[in-house]
Amino acid sequence: MSGFLQNTFNGLVGGAFYALLALGLAVIFGMLRVVNFAHGAFYMLGAFGAYVLLAEAGVPFWAALVIMPLALGLLGMVLERAVIHRLTRLDPLYNFLLTFGLTLILQDLVKSRYGVQSSPYATPTELSGSVDFGLFDFPTYRVFILGFTVLLCAVVWWVLGRTRVGMVVRAATERPELTRAFGIDVGKWVTPVFGFGIALAGLAGVLAAPMRAVNPLMGADLIIVVFAVVVIGGLGSIFGSVAAGFGIGLIQAWGEAYLSDFPIVSQTVVFVVMAAVLLWRPAGLFGREEAPA
Amino acid sequence: MTSAVDTPAEESARPAPPSGLLTVARAPGWVRYALLAAGLLVALWLPNGLYPAVAVDILCWALFAVSVDLLLGFTGLMSFGHAAFWGTSAYVTGLVAIHAGLPFPAAVLAGALAAALLALPIGYLAVKRTGIYFAMVTLAFAQMVYYVANEWRSVTQGENGLQGVPREFFGADLSDDYYFYYAILPIVVLGLLAAWRIVNSPFGRVLVGIRDNPARARALGYPVHRYKLTAFVLSGFLAGLGGGLFAVGHRFVSLDVLHWTTSGKAVIVVVLGGIGTLWGGVLGAALVVRLEDWLSFSGFEAIGLVTGGIFVLVVLLFRRGIWGTIAHLARRRGAARRR
Repeated sequence: MSGFLQNTFNGLVGGAFYALLALGLAVIFGMLRVVNFAHGAFYMLGAFGAYVLLAEAGVPFWAALVIMPLALGLLGMVLERAVIHRLTRLDPLYNFLLTFGLTLILQDLVKSRYGVQSSPYATPTELSGSVDFGLFDFPTYRVFILGFTVLLCAVVWWVLGRTRVGMVVRAATERPELTRAFGIDVGKWVTPVFGFGIALAGLAGVLAAPMRAVNPLMGADLIIVVFAVVVIGGLGSIFGSVAAGFGIGLIQAWGEAYLSDFPIVSQTVVFVVMAAVLLWRPAGLFGREEAPA
Repeated sequence: MTSAVDTPAEESARPAPPSGLLTVARAPGWVRYALLAAGLLVALWLPNGLYPAVAVDILCWALFAVSVDLLLGFTGLMSFGHAAFWGTSAYVTGLVAIHAGLPFPAAVLAGALAAALLALPIGYLAVKRTGIYFAMVTLAFAQMVYYVANEWRSVTQGENGLQGVPREFFGADLSDDYYFYYAILPIVVLGLLAAWRIVNSPFGRVLVGIRDNPARARALGYPVHRYKLTAFVLSGFLAGLGGGLFAVGHRFVSLDVLHWTTSGKAVIVVVLGGIGTLWGGVLGAALVVRLEDWLSFSGFEAIGLVTGGIFVLVVLLFRRGIWGTIAHLARRRGAARRR
């Protein structure tokens, strides 16, 4: 029983990263119709930035947790204005290709400066050790991640649900044409929303630094799993992306725990779920068909 | 694909109905034969002007690019997971060549058939989505194949890769890349002709019709999903043909052949050559393979920086690609002369 709870906890922590990344992808897609391939690269930059800040300037984790999302969000806004904006009138595939190119560039920039080895990042002392839940122990840092992510999702949820900005973002994400038809200038929200999505990816990266190996390729494989997550949840749905993120985290953790004799299964289970969802609901669990193709 | 803003025809690299394919068909016969003859002459000369090993890679990548363009340019489907077919064929070809000792064309054929077989379920699921979703779904399934190859070490040797893929051909000595090039040239030309034949067949016209207006094609009674799936499987077969030859060419198969960067590189090659031009992919393959060889030879390590940079620039400034730009200029001159 305690083992099961522990695995469940682990699954939720893993799912928290998927949820943060998928949430960012979903709002960016909603506003810009851009599937941002570079999302994983920004996650990597978040983790690497935290590492560089600590190793070369002595900036602690808590400061990095604020600095990196802000800096990356700003970089995202600059990129949106400089390049992504130019392709918005074209087929969304062009921006997918553009961000793929950006991913290769960002990865290689970091790789050529820091190599491909993983860099260690110490858990902040306030969060080391573990919390005793009676039935089982759980590392304090992971408890923190889970609490922080759930809180963050709740705040984003509140902003999206209760504020005017949130209303526009939700409307534009789920029914873009209709939103424009109501005379709402979706255009002016595009750049800040892109920056916000990137900031979320950077934040996830900083959170990952003490827990996962910090290296230039850490975002590359993750982003493809996140793509599968948003196909499962439905890319047009913000709630679907977050729910599928946590769900896939759980399924992966259970797979790793109970099917450890079959490592192929635990690594590919997310794609198997994706195949099943495509068979049953091609638009994703919480998605709508955009237009009959 | 379903964006609210219509893509202006002039801006789009994907040719509007009367351009690309149909214009090529309308070009005077002698121009087409002259181009074909010139292309064949260059192909025959190639290993004399380049390192034969690089020339072999160009041939393999040319097939890969044309297979991707068959979907992207002529069916309107951007597969971002074609490494799955290229790589699966490379592994199957390598395994067949090592364990059965068959002549290499038979091993490559087995590899390409395995790739087509794999393309069937993946394509069946992927064609349920279009546009950007299709790209994400194919990418995800390709990554699944990558994980399987990575974990299934007893067969694939994991990160060590398959070593010592033989170049067996009835005892002929093909160890020199120079002769190997001429041994695979007929296979590659056959593959390219097959792609040309597919595109210029009634089947190919239906694909273009689906690309331009899926709703209209469905209304005309064409089973759209089945056409797309057939195109996907054919494309998987051609990609597999290239991947198998690549495996024999290198006598070695590494996990890289299945990595998502390989899928991405195939799309770069097509975009650089010109989406929807078929032969543009061959040019793109020649340029990218040559450039990468040159970069690694000169000790430059951040190759992704250059290929990524090319990608960004081409997408931003040069969406028609090389062949597409040439065709566009020729078309404009032709139109001016008629006026």
